[in-house]
Amino acid sequence: MDKTHIKYTLSWATLALMIFILIFVMTIFNIIGPYGMTTIVLIGINLIAAVGLNLVIGMSGQFSLGHAGFMAIGAYATALIATAIPTVFGFVISLLIGATLSGIVALIVGIPTLRLRGDYLAIATLGVAEIIRILIMNLKITRGPAGIFAIPSFVNWQVVFGLSVLTIIVVVNLVRSTTGRAIIAVRDNEIAAESLGINTTKYKVIAFVIGAMLAALAGGLRASFIQSVSPQDYSFMQSITILIIVVLGGIGSISGTVITAVALGILDVVLQSFGSLRMVIYALILIIVMLFRPQGLLGTFEFSLKTMLFSSGGDNDKDHSKNA
Amino acid sequence: MTRTILKTRDLSVRFGGVTAVDQVSIEARENELVGLIGPNGAGKTTLFNLLTGVYKPTNGEVSIFSNDKLININQLSPYKRSQLGIARTFQNIRLFKSRTVLENVLIAMTAKNKSYSLQAILRTPSFYKNEEKRQQQAMALLDIFGMTNVADELADNLSYGQQRRLEIVRALATKPAILFLDEPAAGMNPQETKELTDLIKQIQVQFKMTIILIEHDMNLVMAVSERLYVLEYGKVLATGTPIEIQNNPAVIKAYLGEEG
Amino acid sequence: MSSIIQQLINGVILGSVYALLALGYTMVYGIIKLINFAHGDVYMLGAYFGYFFIRVMHLNFFIALILSMAICSVLGMLIEFIAYRPLRHSPRIAVLISALGVSFFLQNGMSYLYGSDKRAFPQAIETTQYHFGALQISNIQIIIVTTAVALMILLHLIVKRTKMGRAMRAVSADEEAAILMGINVSRTISFTFAIGSALAAAGGVLIGLYYNNIDPLMGMTPGIKAFVAAVLGGIGIIPGAALGGWLIGILETMAQAVGLSNYKDAIVYAILIIILLLKPTGILGKNKREKV
Repeated sequence: MDKTHIKYTLSWATLALMIFILIFVMTIFNIIGPYGMTTIVLIGINLIAAVGLNLVIGMSGQFSLGHAGFMAIGAYATALIATAIPTVFGFVISLLIGATLSGIVALIVGIPTLRLRGDYLAIATLGVAEIIRILIMNLKITRGPAGIFAIPSFVNWQVVFGLSVLTIIVVVNLVRSTTGRAIIAVRDNEIAAESLGINTTKYKVIAFVIGAMLAALAGGLRASFIQSVSPQDYSFMQSITILIIVVLGGIGSISGTVITAVALGILDVVLQSFGSLRMVIYALILIIVMLFRPQGLLGTFEFSLKTMLFSSGGDNDKDHSKNA
Repeated sequence: MTRTILKTRDLSVRFGGVTAVDQVSIEARENELVGLIGPNGAGKTTLFNLLTGVYKPTNGEVSIFSNDKLININQLSPYKRSQLGIARTFQNIRLFKSRTVLENVLIAMTAKNKSYSLQAILRTPSFYKNEEKRQQQAMALLDIFGMTNVADELADNLSYGQQRRLEIVRALATKPAILFLDEPAAGMNPQETKELTDLIKQIQVQFKMTIILIEHDMNLVMAVSERLYVLEYGKVLATGTPIEIQNNPAVIKAYLGEEG
Repeated sequence: MSSIIQQLINGVILGSVYALLALGYTMVYGIIKLINFAHGDVYMLGAYFGYFFIRVMHLNFFIALILSMAICSVLGMLIEFIAYRPLRHSPRIAVLISALGVSFFLQNGMSYLYGSDKRAFPQAIETTQYHFGALQISNIQIIIVTTAVALMILLHLIVKRTKMGRAMRAVSADEEAAILMGINVSRTISFTFAIGSALAAAGGVLIGLYYNNIDPLMGMTPGIKAFVAAVLGGIGIIPGAALGGWLIGILETMAQAVGLSNYKDAIVYAILIIILLLKPTGILGKNKREKV
């Protein structure tokens, strides 16, 4: 029984390690230049934000359009704190404070607004993100529209890789637990969930707060990596960029989010030569995917090493443990 | 004489100008099986929604027996009422369709168990132990109702009768003291209805709980109910044993109209 | 005192444009329950067509206005036909994302074709200022308000007096019943988009004339504000959209007047959130309950 869990855990760890080594080897042999490195880091950052958003949209079924606002909180926390304390310790503290602050804002905003349904929630979260951006633009401490420059850099691809893996582990394990099942139950049928003693608001808020904290983490990493922040980096467009990853990959599929984050990151490089036409192509892809596959490319499908590697050992499935 | 476990006093709710439930005072005793009948639109489901907390009453109060006393639950939301021992099924089945049968039952056990989020994220041995224990409990419950063979099916793939059955199992997983069944036989064929009749009796005996049943199938409701309330235009028209109700002139008139 | 009245006048003028936009949102939401994110971009296209007809074709302002409205109404129907109609029975989030895609496409498409810089909208009508004591109002402002009000009256007549208007109300109230009554739902929805888009185009041309400049992203913020206006008045309710538009316009200019001009957008969003929490059905809306 416990052996099977260890087996699955080890096989996932091996997969992560293999990807790590692959990137490492490619950097040694200069297959990935500095530009490729930047792409990998930005993919990882988008992935962290998108996995957080998929927890909110896909798992708890709450349509948030305000992810950029929470990223902005994390980005500015890191910009201010890591500049004041330019050490690794300062940077780590800045990420923690950013995530905490973002979580608190999400809690305050979420408790009343998560009662709203569907598109009303979307528009309310959009409003919250815009309010955050306007505050950042006008407050003295955030230095207005110009933003903050020369933020010390503590981010390399290894850090982002490690945190991406950690994010996926946390979210996937959470989803496959009592808490996660309750979150999904609220999505599937709120009235039924409530009739079974599930405090629906609580579980929506849990998902929303974790999503916001992951967004802040992504924002903090980005601020330190590109070494600058400005309010226009966290406009509605940024929320849409993350939303596209979630929607194209499949609302409710973490595997889909991971694949799309990587694919779009690479596509971004390929389309770089198209200049501003790139955005037009993205828009068309978004519409076309919705028209032909409204559930996203992977739907709610999840890759499972259990079925891929161990499907012959059918006996293992009889123990009803879906926790691999 | 067993004690009263559910009681309403002058319970009313108005939507706009319509009084859907009008000064209803009913009660149910421990381990009693109470039927609730009445023509369409009489306010039966609305009454259920008032009792389970989906709607808040305009007037009157709902009380249940909990912790050795009768407490007023007027202001409690549905999830809090569930935690106090109220469970229900729905007229239009409300399962978690994207989840398996087993998961549907596990979800119903959420509130009664501590959730170990941190242990779950870290996948500690205690997480696996807890998880296994809960799955065994859920499987044991499914076993009582002969549903272990479909435990891994998606709820959406079950037959109509099986879906209704799962909804009842799921409600029982919250370990309620009072179970509300809203038209459990709706859309069932005679064979399924027969099985349901046995099932309801089995639950009453085996789980020792109070069951309140809305049902249009008169054979079913007369066969299982110990006492009946008849609702018409939101008011209680009559109450009594199945025999008394069947011979009550006012009830016959309400059901058969002027021609009766 | 007079400066407050002056701001009130300015607010009504800006609000007229919001109201025109909000009408389109509210009609579309009323009929297919979609927040048409592309609506603000149709307003932007309207302004560009106005620019084209006045600057390039040297047409009279009002002819340009009508032509721009006509073209945008066709575009509105086209958007609905291509991007929304196939998704009518899909989950609502899919249509919403398709709408975001269309919005994104129009903004970036226009940026790609004509550049993302602001361009000056031609001064099609010579500005004249009229003074009433300390108050002043320009002929342009009068044109904006009268055009907006005239269009609203026209819309009211269409909705209340024509067969198509009756069909719109029927589909909005109960789509299935409307089908049973022999109403062509697809055509009714097309018609709704046509009208809404024409009103948005009118708003775009008028705002171009008022602010003298246009750019591909000009529809984004007014679009969201107009949606706020529609929600404020009561989404799906046509007079509510007009009321909401004027209220938002007045609120915004008042915020400017008391020195909060940097926060005027934030105030609008805060109002939105408060309305959604306290009375999600809006000022003129009625409460509904979900059937369990």
